[in-house]
Amino acid sequence: MKYLGLIWSGLFRKKLRTTLTLFSLVCAFVLLGLLQAVNSLFSGGADFLGANRLITQARTSFTQPLPMRLLPQIEAVPGVARVSHSQFFGGVYQDPRNFFPQFAVNPQRLRDTYPEWVMDEDSWRRFITARNSTIVGRNLADKFGWKVGDVIPLNSFIWTKTDGTRNWEWEVAGIFDGRNAEWQKRAGLMYLNYGQFDEGRAGGKGLAGVFVVMVDDPDASERVAALIDEKFENSPDETKTQSEQEFQLGFARQLGDIGLIVNLITSAVFFSILFLTGVSMSQGVRERVPELAVLKVLGFTDRAVMGLVLAEAFLLCFLGALAGMLLANFSTRFLPAEFPIETDLRVWAIAGISVVVLTVLVGVPPALHALRIKIVDALAGR
Amino acid sequence: MSQYTQVREIVMMNLRSVPQRLGASLVIVIGIAGVVGVMVALLSMSAGLEKTLGGTGQDDRVVVTRGGSNGELSSFLDRASGTLIKQDPAIARGADGLPLASGEIIIITEVPRVGQKTGANVTLRGVEPVGFTIRPELRIVEGRKFRPGLREIIVGEAASNQFAGLDVGTPLRFRGSTWTVVGVFSTGGDAHESELWTDTETAQSAFNRSGYSSILAKLASTDGFEPMKERLTSNPQLNVDAKTERDFFSGQSGTLTTVIGVLAGFVALVMAIGATFGALNTMYSAVSARTAEIGTLRALGFGAMPVIASVMAEALALAISGGVLGALLAYVFFNGYSVSTLGSGFTQVAFKFAVTPGLVMQGLALSLFIGFVGGLLPAIRAARMQVTSALRG
Repeated sequence: MKYLGLIWSGLFRKKLRTTLTLFSLVCAFVLLGLLQAVNSLFSGGADFLGANRLITQARTSFTQPLPMRLLPQIEAVPGVARVSHSQFFGGVYQDPRNFFPQFAVNPQRLRDTYPEWVMDEDSWRRFITARNSTIVGRNLADKFGWKVGDVIPLNSFIWTKTDGTRNWEWEVAGIFDGRNAEWQKRAGLMYLNYGQFDEGRAGGKGLAGVFVVMVDDPDASERVAALIDEKFENSPDETKTQSEQEFQLGFARQLGDIGLIVNLITSAVFFSILFLTGVSMSQGVRERVPELAVLKVLGFTDRAVMGLVLAEAFLLCFLGALAGMLLANFSTRFLPAEFPIETDLRVWAIAGISVVVLTVLVGVPPALHALRIKIVDALAGR
Repeated sequence: MSQYTQVREIVMMNLRSVPQRLGASLVIVIGIAGVVGVMVALLSMSAGLEKTLGGTGQDDRVVVTRGGSNGELSSFLDRASGTLIKQDPAIARGADGLPLASGEIIIITEVPRVGQKTGANVTLRGVEPVGFTIRPELRIVEGRKFRPGLREIIVGEAASNQFAGLDVGTPLRFRGSTWTVVGVFSTGGDAHESELWTDTETAQSAFNRSGYSSILAKLASTDGFEPMKERLTSNPQLNVDAKTERDFFSGQSGTLTTVIGVLAGFVALVMAIGATFGALNTMYSAVSARTAEIGTLRALGFGAMPVIASVMAEALALAISGGVLGALLAYVFFNGYSVSTLGSGFTQVAFKFAVTPGLVMQGLALSLFIGFVGGLLPAIRAARMQVTSALRG
């Protein structure tokens, strides 16, 4: 630590060059941080979804609704605690750009299977009893200024009513919050009472959508999933049951191999920055050969001088990376709620590893150069 | 010497000395190659998608869907409406005197991508036999057509490459019954090649659906479209939208193209800023390495302009080589690379990355811009040097 001053002044001997290199490093790490945060979101982002919930969908596709008569059969499978059902509604509020998801559900069953949503008892009672009721997530309610008692018109691009129109009206029974911060962020959806939905729709009556299955023991969820699928094998309504997490990831994977794209960009960025920092470091050492020789004259060992150069490389990479990552972390807060990316622990770990790799690759060649400096030759300018 | 000769001589002399500063010069080349490569590769993705969707469909074919639906998936037309639509006078008639209009049905199925376990949404399209007459561009490249009434499907070329288990002869299980892949078709690289096709009525019975998702009709003449649309949308018995097939498909690339555009723009911007700092660094050190030389030139009577020109020329030459390298890398690694993504119909659309000349020009323009900004400040510094102090080195 006592050499920090020495390292620092070595690093900033050419202020302009070091500052410019630092700025490049900052840019590189801003990108690395943000891109890897995107990667985190797509690779394991649904971590907080408990392992005790399964989604049973039609084997063909989740867009094919399963009939309601499967519900008691699923409930009868050993290991199943609670079952609810959910149908995507596809409603548009005022303008298609306002898109947010809505699902038609059985209120009581929703409450049983999603204890993560919290709401006062009165609101739950209103939602359960009034057939035209809806509950909205806090984020949505704040965005559109909705309050309990408001009637929200939704124009469904999927479901036609028996009167031939597609304009559905839903009365807000309550506004729900998430149990913790993670869930609070997700409170941007709307649940509709299945009662009015099934009664009002012209086609598809009696279809439930997908089933949400809560299991007694999370460790047994795979076995329960297999049991459910086995039960409907070779029937017209074959099912596919998977954990809620897998189900959500399936959506993201449909977009394509985002991980691959992100990693390709990251490596292009890393390679460019590696080269740039490497050249800047070795230039710096080459110019300072006589000074390093003086250090050796003063009694610094060869190894100590090499260590000083390595420390300089590390400090440079570390400062750039830290500033870049802080900037990335800071900027994620200004992203709209639809892009919930975060520079989580994994991203910081990747940045840390990058700093170490970068330090070794850009620091070792000039450090070895410094190690080999012969005092006499260097002072003679040879 | 004239100003022009001065500039030419000093620029040439400077460019010839670049190899002496190779390491530092490569910073500009590699930095810019990275920026341009990444930007061109990302944008070639949306160019490819637009090419696939924009190349789907003809102006003399009309797609009729339920009014207000945002695609074929959310569109439902009952059999009676289907018949009514097919009777429109603008629709061409075949040799048998029947209208050239095919009632089609869209069902989403899940097929895993090659090498993955989770299923991706793939369109299963039911087509009436006349659907093949309406689409003369369709060729069977392997196997044969499906036979109506049998649970047989044909798969698009792109789908058979992108998704697992779609080879001719493989059985597929949908809704408790087994289907067989009997052929592979090509439609000239358009969006239909990402689909699986079967007979409309077979699909209706297998999936317990009645009616159609859309009607595809061939017009007797393209002028017939507007009156036909007018007739259909004003008919009180119907609630439909009509679009030419080309408009119907090219309208679908919008959202994704925007998303990719924003991503590419952001990544390229941040990388470009980083590369600009790198270029500044290189050019400043190039100028400082040439201090004595510049001093000598100035002492010999060369003006400030030629000195600026020489520094700028070096920066721009290095930048453009970086740009060319980046575009070349993007072309070599990504042009024609096939992928698939979730299209607006909530099903997979397979497409190929397309590195177009326009994108290469964009990339080169960006590289020149970075080179210009990176060279300007060092060039000014070089021009402002005091001759006497510069001569001392």
